Amino acid sequence: MKAVVLGGTGGMGRAVARKLAERGDEIFLMGRDAGDLARSAADLEARQPKNARVAYAVCDLEKPEGFAAALDEADRALGGFDTVVVTAGMFATQEALEADVELTRRLLTVNYTNTVVFCEHARKRLLERGGGQLTVFSSVAGDRGRKPVALYGSSKAGLSHYLEALDHKFHAKGLSVLCVKPGFVKTGMTAGLKPPPFAGEPDDVAKHVVRAMVARKPLLYTPAIWALVMLVIRWLPRFVMRRIGF
Amino acid sequence: MAEAILSAWGRLALPGVELLGENLESLSLGTTLSRGMGRSYGDSSLPARGTDRVVSTRLANRILAFDARTGVVRAEAGLSLVELNRLFVPRGFFPPVTPGTKFVTLGGMVASDVHGKNHHREGCFGAHVRSLRMRLADDSIVTCSPTEHADLFHATIGGMGLLGHILEVEFTLHRIPSPWIFMESERVRDIDEFLAALGRAAPRWPMTMGWIDCLQRGRSMGRGILMAGRWAEPHEAPKEPPRAAAELTFPVELPDWALNPTTASLFNTAYYWRHTQQRVETIVAPEPFFYPLDAILHWNRVYGPRGFTQYQCVLPRAAGPAAVRAFMELLTRLGGASPLCVIKDCGPEGEGLLSFPLEGTSIAVDMAISPDIQRIVDRLNEFVIAAGGRIYLTKDRFTRPEHFRAMEPRLERFFAVREKWDPHRRLRSAQSVRLFGDRA
Ligand SMILES: Cc1cc2nc3c(=O)[nH]c(=O)nc-3n(C[C@H](O)[C@H](O)[C@H](O)COP(=O)(O)OP(=O)(O)OC[C@H]3O[C@@H](n4cnc5c(N)ncnc54)[C@H](O)[C@@H]3O)c2cc1C
Ligand SMILES: NC(=O)c1ccc[n+]([C@@H]2O[C@H](COP(=O)([O-])OP(=O)(O)OC[C@H]3O[C@@H](n4cnc5c(N)ncnc54)[C@H](OP(=O)(O)O)[C@@H]3O)[C@@H](O)[C@H]2O)c1
Repeated sequence: MKAVVLGGTGGMGRAVARKLAERGDEIFLMGRDAGDLARSAADLEARQPKNARVAYAVCDLEKPEGFAAALDEADRALGGFDTVVVTAGMFATQEALEADVELTRRLLTVNYTNTVVFCEHARKRLLERGGGQLTVFSSVAGDRGRKPVALYGSSKAGLSHYLEALDHKFHAKGLSVLCVKPGFVKTGMTAGLKPPPFAGEPDDVAKHVVRAMVARKPLLYTPAIWALVMLVIRWLPRFVMRRIGF
Repeated sequence: MAEAILSAWGRLALPGVELLGENLESLSLGTTLSRGMGRSYGDSSLPARGTDRVVSTRLANRILAFDARTGVVRAEAGLSLVELNRLFVPRGFFPPVTPGTKFVTLGGMVASDVHGKNHHREGCFGAHVRSLRMRLADDSIVTCSPTEHADLFHATIGGMGLLGHILEVEFTLHRIPSPWIFMESERVRDIDEFLAALGRAAPRWPMTMGWIDCLQRGRSMGRGILMAGRWAEPHEAPKEPPRAAAELTFPVELPDWALNPTTASLFNTAYYWRHTQQRVETIVAPEPFFYPLDAILHWNRVYGPRGFTQYQCVLPRAAGPAAVRAFMELLTRLGGASPLCVIKDCGPEGEGLLSFPLEGTSIAVDMAISPDIQRIVDRLNEFVIAAGGRIYLTKDRFTRPEHFRAMEPRLERFFAVREKWDPHRRLRSAQSVRLFGDRA
């Protein structure tokens, strides 16, 4: 693969980028801090069996005006990418979001509007060259409207919706779209929170995700147990949802 | 603000706030201590106060540079040995020094100045460190090395995190001829024979260590198995690389009484006699050779909720074999010992100001926490002081400050360097409160 990874400096994105590098895939990193990108690029270079260079460009999901240029740079560095992975995203607790409408606006914009805009830029390029693979991290939080993640969850719900439709629309044209729905995973994003049962590790998630990418799956719950958990939650009647604090 | 309880390997748990993240530079600002994987047994990785914020380095694990010609690596302090070995053993490199577990971080290896089976040849890990990037108590960031801020460098090596947060470590990996170990193991009848056998093995083998059945008294006291090894040459080694070992997890916490003198003694006897031949030569994978205990995750649950400690001391060569024998006698008399007792001959003292090893014999023994534990540690410490030896801080939780002072002539020098870089002793741990009188 020749893969662009937006969000590959940290968390699950770092783990996915490492898995790809160790497989010998070529990687182009995107993120919002040049220094951090340089360090992550060095890390991936050291992990690559072929010692190939890993290039990068600054791309901030809060600055959609930079998306096209960053993807152009990726195209140049990789000689045309065929895979795009987006793990970058924002999280804040429901409490923090309710207390700060501006934070809410930012989070909704980053996680939904701008992520979709980035994907639109990326999928057009992929379709022009006959297709490819687009993997985007949504969340189990988008599956049902739930009290503790009302706002964050709604941004992911919109994103999941878009990704499903994208898969339907362009699958036949060679674009495979994978919507990843992680449950709780122990990364910097969740560092302040108490891990629930079935909390996952980024490395295990990455293994799972790369396998799903290769198999060209459209949807992945990860860690796998969350597929079951969410099956139950998706079928919970509304009056039950209202009662429980979940 | 992850768990409100932090724990160390001996299952000591104290209130504390752990900050987990990828960016050590920002995390370490204004915090009092860093910790890695919490594999130190005692209180060295735990905060001085429950409200102190301690940096957890585990996610700061990037390799920043690697030169395949020289083996020089620079990496963030949270990189673990598990990961380092996974990446570099297949490419023909191995850390110059490894402790008996791979679940440690580079930062922890520097802060404890860990030693391994090759101490008599290679010294401690610190001897192979080229430079450190650190966040200091005044929040500045500096790079130190044997030539740049050498005092800071040498106090940090083995300094148990008290000089600053280690952000990055640059050190040299060693080339290995194959990913396999040529091992010779030998059954040894008693402690005197053990010391002689270790002495004979040292010039012949780059790696040596021994397991002692420390529950035996009388004539068989100190019997055990001596293990010596070297990296196998390509023509001796299997063609295939070793397979990754299956990971087993110790599933439940055993009750306190599960490990008792009877079960421990049964285990030891079985372990000793499993070695049916006097001497065996084999080719083994590095995992069981270096990290036998890592095969079972969470093995510390064997000790139950009471937890355990490890007593590790080194007795100087000058004190002679008689001192080692007397120590073993004292140990068996005091009781409390468990199946895990390891003996190793150490090479000369390194440059780390509080680095543990000195030329002599190191003995490490796990002990379940019992109402008697303070008395046992006190008695052992009194013996060690009289013999001119010392204990290993990364294992310790019960040594009294006056005992530590008595065994550590280098302590004043360490304090002087600490005074220069951290005059207000902002960086501190539960251990430094206990041993050095830092404020809680
Ligand atoms: C089964 C087992 C076998 C072992 N065998 C050996 C052995 O053979 N030889 C040996 O020498 N040791 C041995 N040890 C001890 C172990 O190697 C040390 O305790 C090591 O320091 C643990 O590393 P860690 O990353 O878990 O550090 P922690 O336990 O988290 O911390 C240990 C100390 O290092 C400091 N520290 C950690 N990271 C940083 C940082 N980034 N900056 C500043 N300070 C930091 C902490 O403050 C603390 O004082 C063994 C331990 C176990 C559990
Ligand atoms: N962790 C979980 O439990 C969990 C559960 C469900 C879904 N998810 C989703 O999974 C994805 C990955 O989560 P994670 O836990 O790996 O997160 P993480 O550890 O916070 O990592 C996120 C990565 O995205 C980057 N990023 C953040 N904001 C950005 C922006 N505006 N522009 C560009 N890059 C940005 C971060 O870079 P910086 O270092 O610059 O911040 C970082 O590299 C996210 O979309 C998250 O919502 C996570």
